[in-house]
Amino acid sequence: MNCAGSMQAPGLAALPPGRSHLLFVLLLLGLSALLVRAAYLQGVHNDFLQQKGDARYGRVVTINAHRGMISDRHGEPLAISTPVESVWASPRDVEATPQQVKQLAQVLGMPIEEVKNRLSDTSRDFVYLKRQLPPDQAEKIVGLGVPGVSLRREYRRYYPDADVAAHLLGFTDVDDNGQEGVELALQEQLGGKAGSQRVIKDRRGHIVEDVASIRAPKPGSDLALSLDSRMQYLAYREIRLAVEQHHARAGSIVVLDAKSGEVLALANWPSYNPNNRAKPDTRVMRNRAVTDLFEPGSTMKPFAVAAALDAGKVTAETVIHTEGGEFAIGKRKIRDTHPETVLTVAQVIQKSSNVGAAKIALSLPPEAFWRSLSEAGFGGQTGSGFPGEAAGKLRDYRKWLPIEQATMSYGNGISVNLLQLARAYTVFANNGELKPVTLLKREEPVVGRNAYSPATALAVRDMLELVVKPGGTAPLAQIAGYRVAGKTGTAHKLEGGRYVNRYIASFVGLAPASDPRLIVAVMVDEPGGAQYYGGQVAAPVFGNVMGAALRLLNAPNDAPLGNVMMPPADVIKEEA
Amino acid sequence: MIKQRFWPRLRKRFTLHLDPVLLAAIGLLMLTGLAVLYSASDGDWGRVLKQMANMLVAFGVLWLAANLPLHYLLRTALPVYLFGMALLVGVALFGEISHGARRWLNIGVATIQPSELMKIAVPLMMAWYFEKHEAALTLKNYFVAALLLLLPVLLIARQPDLGTALLISASGFYVLFLAGLSWRVMGVLLVAGLGSLPVLWSMLHDYQRHRILMLLDPTQDALGKGYHTIQGTIAVGSGGVLGKGYLNGTQTHLDFLPERTTDFIFAVYSEEFGLLGNLILLGMYLFVIARGFIITADASTYFTRLMAGSITLTFFTYAFVNMGMVIGILPVVGVPLPLVSYGGTSMVTLLLGFGMLMSIHTHKKLVQT
Repeated sequence: MNCAGSMQAPGLAALPPGRSHLLFVLLLLGLSALLVRAAYLQGVHNDFLQQKGDARYGRVVTINAHRGMISDRHGEPLAISTPVESVWASPRDVEATPQQVKQLAQVLGMPIEEVKNRLSDTSRDFVYLKRQLPPDQAEKIVGLGVPGVSLRREYRRYYPDADVAAHLLGFTDVDDNGQEGVELALQEQLGGKAGSQRVIKDRRGHIVEDVASIRAPKPGSDLALSLDSRMQYLAYREIRLAVEQHHARAGSIVVLDAKSGEVLALANWPSYNPNNRAKPDTRVMRNRAVTDLFEPGSTMKPFAVAAALDAGKVTAETVIHTEGGEFAIGKRKIRDTHPETVLTVAQVIQKSSNVGAAKIALSLPPEAFWRSLSEAGFGGQTGSGFPGEAAGKLRDYRKWLPIEQATMSYGNGISVNLLQLARAYTVFANNGELKPVTLLKREEPVVGRNAYSPATALAVRDMLELVVKPGGTAPLAQIAGYRVAGKTGTAHKLEGGRYVNRYIASFVGLAPASDPRLIVAVMVDEPGGAQYYGGQVAAPVFGNVMGAALRLLNAPNDAPLGNVMMPPADVIKEEA
Repeated sequence: MIKQRFWPRLRKRFTLHLDPVLLAAIGLLMLTGLAVLYSASDGDWGRVLKQMANMLVAFGVLWLAANLPLHYLLRTALPVYLFGMALLVGVALFGEISHGARRWLNIGVATIQPSELMKIAVPLMMAWYFEKHEAALTLKNYFVAALLLLLPVLLIARQPDLGTALLISASGFYVLFLAGLSWRVMGVLLVAGLGSLPVLWSMLHDYQRHRILMLLDPTQDALGKGYHTIQGTIAVGSGGVLGKGYLNGTQTHLDFLPERTTDFIFAVYSEEFGLLGNLILLGMYLFVIARGFIITADASTYFTRLMAGSITLTFFTYAFVNMGMVIGILPVVGVPLPLVSYGGTSMVTLLLGFGMLMSIHTHKKLVQT
């Protein structure tokens, strides 16, 4: 069959004309189809497509805000944020040669396998390769120029004093949020607000152009704490030394400004270095001075005496019959370490007589004793705002048995945290006024509330001065050149509802006694050596810290430098 | 004296077989290509210079082809075809695999893609065959011609290189069609073709099936298989009527557009020059095609008409398939935008075709005068 023969004259070789026309028409149709589609995309549908296109590259990115600096009361930095770079990748967009992956791993200091692993999940847009690199290392990463690997500005917290103020300051997590301590308590002020910015990004996520700042990052505010970093160091050094020397489980110390209630130092041992990302267990991380409750023991006695003085039940010279050191209430017996038959109220404090304190407490109606203790800040919290502060326990007086009212006078059946105990002593420094405590630097003097009359406060302060004199329980708390007023405590620890022969040794005192500037409270948990009395274990810490702190403050002497008088060593004890 | 005579004579000899109209038209397209390439490669002069070198080589090929007398062209048909077939078999046996396809042959000094050669060799061979049997064409001749087409197409489709296989099929089909294959046979083939679609479907590679499916609904897998199509339409559409301006295409410059110097360069052009630019570009292509048709109509022999018609129509097919895939009316097959996309091989093949067109045009004139 000759299909085209009729159209071809040999030699002329014409193509079938109908066919070329048809082809030309088809061709024009094809071009028209292209044109119609282009017109549709570019003229009709283009708004939508332009929007889609914008969505491809327009991004809103967050800009981390600089976290506020924490400084001590003199402006010494305690926690500062330094800019660091975090390396992240968009695994989907990463195009790295094996060689580049190797270099990447090298600069990041990570095993190659790990880097490969993180880059392998291509369903994700964002994985951190390594966070918080120093700038020079980050520079090297940029130098590698691996597509899909980018940097992100972050801030890393640094604590120049490391373990010294670790418990108080706390720390932040890797996302710069406060996790513990002041960092957590004052997160609002310190944290600032991350800003956001509209940028143009290319497919690999690199920012090509900043279009507009939607919201500038608002840096966190700098905070000045009430802390004095020199005293903090002093306090930390001494408590650590004491805990180690006496083989104790732990120890805490609080230094307060006696007039303003500002916390000048607050330290615990064991401690940790908050600059290490790996954190130890809570045993080490706990800010014991605030989060742990303990039965204060004899450091409570001044409050029982103050309550009775205020109520007019006794005076400093009132004679108390101490029953030869043993006094029965119902089936229970209260005992003294140094049995006496009679003691004045002042001597009850000086010798730390449990029988005397119990009798003084029992002279008051339960409600009056309870109210007096409440006014000194016992039961409830201190208002320091420290995260996780334990509320002290003071039971409802309507449920008290007489024996309970009696033992409470020497600090059994009541619990406090150390900060609370230190704060309670502000009443003796301020003519009966209980000052609120604070961790922040105070610019103006604060008015507290009156717990006792000025006369009562002064009278108790005078008695507390006797404690450190020969014949008292804490001659080791004496300081050359300054008069000291304070009280020892040695409390049996409660375990499973029973008192055991393990102790909490404490000492709380103020100085200079003529015009108190500082209050120092020391607590040592379970001294493991031969010495466990507050007068042996805690009083020397008090003496060292208070003495050095007063000299730091240039506090004028209120006693001749030769004022320290030591009794024979075996006298220094008391119990309860 | 000698000098004065020498230069004009050399110039005359050099331009003797070049068609100024066609040359101007393709030159304009190539310049446009360079400009768009500069934008698409983010101002990479290295790339632009390399493409210029490609163009220079391609122009040399064009010049040689234009100066090749027609009877030589006729004589080269069979050896070139056989050589090309041999290379294709070589690729199938010893070819280098890149991106999952076996398309390249390492011949020591360079790697070549024999399928490119077949774009010219197949229609040449078919036109030669029809010329030979011009006097009395029977159905058997069409069958043989179809076989000459089918063999290389199957080899190329197996590589797999669907785009090139389709283009060569088209160029061969144009020869068959222009040579007068009866409507009845074409009807039967069409029905048979449609009937065999399911079979063909099952023979396609997964990625080829995906591409066709994605054309039907690119949003199905917007970040995977449909990515090319969606990015293409977004780039074109965001150009609007007037375009974003030269070097200002955001989709291009922010790296969202894939293959933007090669297969998707039309999207770059389209985003930057808009609908207006597309009209101009289509006008330029139409001009080249129209010139090709004039040469076809003017051609003096059966062979040259078949050849010229096939070259012209294949050129159109290239442009149509490429632009169609970028704006989303055709599946994504690896076909560059003729004369504009970056790449040396397709440039050489295209200009070889245009050189033949010029030879067909100018040697005929010489015969006449």
